[in-house]
Amino acid sequence: MVWGSGFRERLGRFAFRTAAALGLGLVLLPLVLVAWLSFFSNEILSLPPEGYSLRWYGAALAQPQFIGGLWTSAAVALLATAVGLLVTLPASFVLTRRAFPGREAVVQLLMSPLVVPAIVIGSALYMAFVEFEVMTEMPLTGSVAGLALGHALLTIPWGLRLLTANLAGLNPAIEEAALSLGARPVVAVAKVTLPLIWPGVVAAALFSFVVSFGNLEVSLFLVAPGQTTLPIAILQYLQWKIDPTIAAVSVVQILVVAAGLLLTDRLVGLGRVV
Amino acid sequence: MTAVRLDRLTKLYGATAAVDDVTLEAREGELLVLLGPSGCGKTTTLRLVAGFVEATSGTIRLGGRDVTREPPYRRSIGLVFQNYALFPHLTVFENVAFGLRRRRVAEAEIGARVRRALGLVRLDGFEGRLPRQLSGGQQQRVAIARAVVIEPDVLLLDEPLSNLDAKLRHDVRLELRRLQKALSITAIMVTHDQDEAMAVGDRLAVMGSGRIQQVGTPAELYRSPANRFVASFVGRANFLDASPAPGGFVLASGLALASEHASASAGTVMIRPEAVEVAAEPRPGPNQFPATVDAAAFLGASWDLELALDGGERLMATVPAARAGTEDWSSGRRVFVRVDPAAAVGIPGSERPATPAHHEETPR
Ligand SMILES: Nc1ncnc2c1ncn2[C@@H]1O[C@H](COP(=O)(O)OP(=O)(O)O)[C@@H](O)[C@H]1O
Ligand SMILES: [Mg+2]
Repeated sequence: MVWGSGFRERLGRFAFRTAAALGLGLVLLPLVLVAWLSFFSNEILSLPPEGYSLRWYGAALAQPQFIGGLWTSAAVALLATAVGLLVTLPASFVLTRRAFPGREAVVQLLMSPLVVPAIVIGSALYMAFVEFEVMTEMPLTGSVAGLALGHALLTIPWGLRLLTANLAGLNPAIEEAALSLGARPVVAVAKVTLPLIWPGVVAAALFSFVVSFGNLEVSLFLVAPGQTTLPIAILQYLQWKIDPTIAAVSVVQILVVAAGLLLTDRLVGLGRVV
Repeated sequence: MTAVRLDRLTKLYGATAAVDDVTLEAREGELLVLLGPSGCGKTTTLRLVAGFVEATSGTIRLGGRDVTREPPYRRSIGLVFQNYALFPHLTVFENVAFGLRRRRVAEAEIGARVRRALGLVRLDGFEGRLPRQLSGGQQQRVAIARAVVIEPDVLLLDEPLSNLDAKLRHDVRLELRRLQKALSITAIMVTHDQDEAMAVGDRLAVMGSGRIQQVGTPAELYRSPANRFVASFVGRANFLDASPAPGGFVLASGLALASEHASASAGTVMIRPEAVEVAAEPRPGPNQFPATVDAAAFLGASWDLELALDGGERLMATVPAARAGTEDWSSGRRVFVRVDPAAAVGIPGSERPATPAHHEETPR
């Protein structure tokens, strides 16, 4: 569009741009601060820094709970994403294609992890898992599988929203065209529907991964002593020491998520996803 | 070539019948047009034949084969959707090849058949394009190529021209007919546009309220409509309330109208506007009525007149401009109307479909 050049119009444009810059700054400021802090050479945080070094990255690497936590978190997040998609993909098909009694209730149930406080979900899962262990003698709490199951619950609302939005936006005649041309329903979904909602699937996977990777509350109840996720390792470290090691670990955590975003952008283009 | 036979086909949605006891045949190699107002059940009928809607009762036969309970992917039907429904992520080539790949046709043959189909719809050289890089008319032709390349038993088209602009619509309907004849494929096309229906259809099936009102060639339907609904849907028409009398009818105003198509059950007389002759002076012969011009519009090739008979009846008349000569048919003018007894057709007054939106005439 053409922008006006009157005084009021220029003033309005200036105000809009200032607000946008402020908003962006507010979002980026903590990330920039953390990254900056992680390179300070002094142990006690003070400004201006005495100098810059990579020693805190070395310190982080020397602590096994951070390395172990990173791997556990990544494994749990990948598994939770997979389990979540196994639920949300079929669910979103049924929920967008069929009208059945109780449909709204099913939607509410699947969306509920977004509403119920994570700490409540964590404690409820813990109790359920303990009961399960007592009955079956299979260890569930403290295992990657148990953590992933718990986290999968948290990923479901995100997956469901993104996938149903994509499916609902699809022209149903396109799938029918495939059927009329001789494609069985599975083939029609594989050759036509899935490729068309692929950006939604990738977005669902990305959001699921991020939700699980950064989760603290649910993990707190489900980890075993000695096996922790990265957020818990950070929390535990903070309880007895505050030095830039935490900043270095956080930067690593941010990098993992950023890598996920970049990968998504490469695969489908972020603009199409969110 | 395969004939399509629908036998007492019914589809209920809850208590309402979208398709109501339809018995209909599309003969081998013919283009049958389903014509009717919006909501009369045309699309549902087509979707029943395609297999996307399950029949409540009745049977669907392709050739001799009963396909009523067969899923769409086993029916061998080519479908052209109103919105084309091309696969947006596939090239034109892959769109057209889709059905052949499902049939596991050899790669070399796929290439040849896709190119032949694209040639048929005059889209040679467009193989590598994506649907979004095509105009509406081109997408339409890809959709047709995709449907016919699998050599289906039947081609179904649901309002295939309604998304095209008026000029293109005119060309494409002739093209469609040429193609259907060239492939000599049995086809059923749905439309709510009577001009389109008459231009492309070998036969027309007029639908109203889920029921088939009449089936016949365009000329048959135009000359002897089975009821008022059909008469109003195929061409424009005047309808006059009348009661049967010897040699014709008596109109509501008491005027006697001679007719060669009188019948005891008729409660209405239908007269096409072009059958209403208008002259400044009375001429010898039957059915001569004095009237007043109420409104007149010059359309180039003809005049459209609205007339009030002295008895009170109102008539639309289409008078060729050539015959009108230099006459000026301005409103208020006194004229004489003549109706050929062969053009006054009695139709049953009772056999109307119970449609809420009923028109005295259908605008072109
Ligand atoms: N899936 C459906 N559920 C309920 N009613 C439907 C459904 N599909 C069509 N109908 C109804 O059936 C009637 C015929 O619809 P349709 O076949 O689409 O008409 P047309 O194509 O002639 O405009 C309409 O009254 C419509 O509301
Ligand atoms: Mg329709």
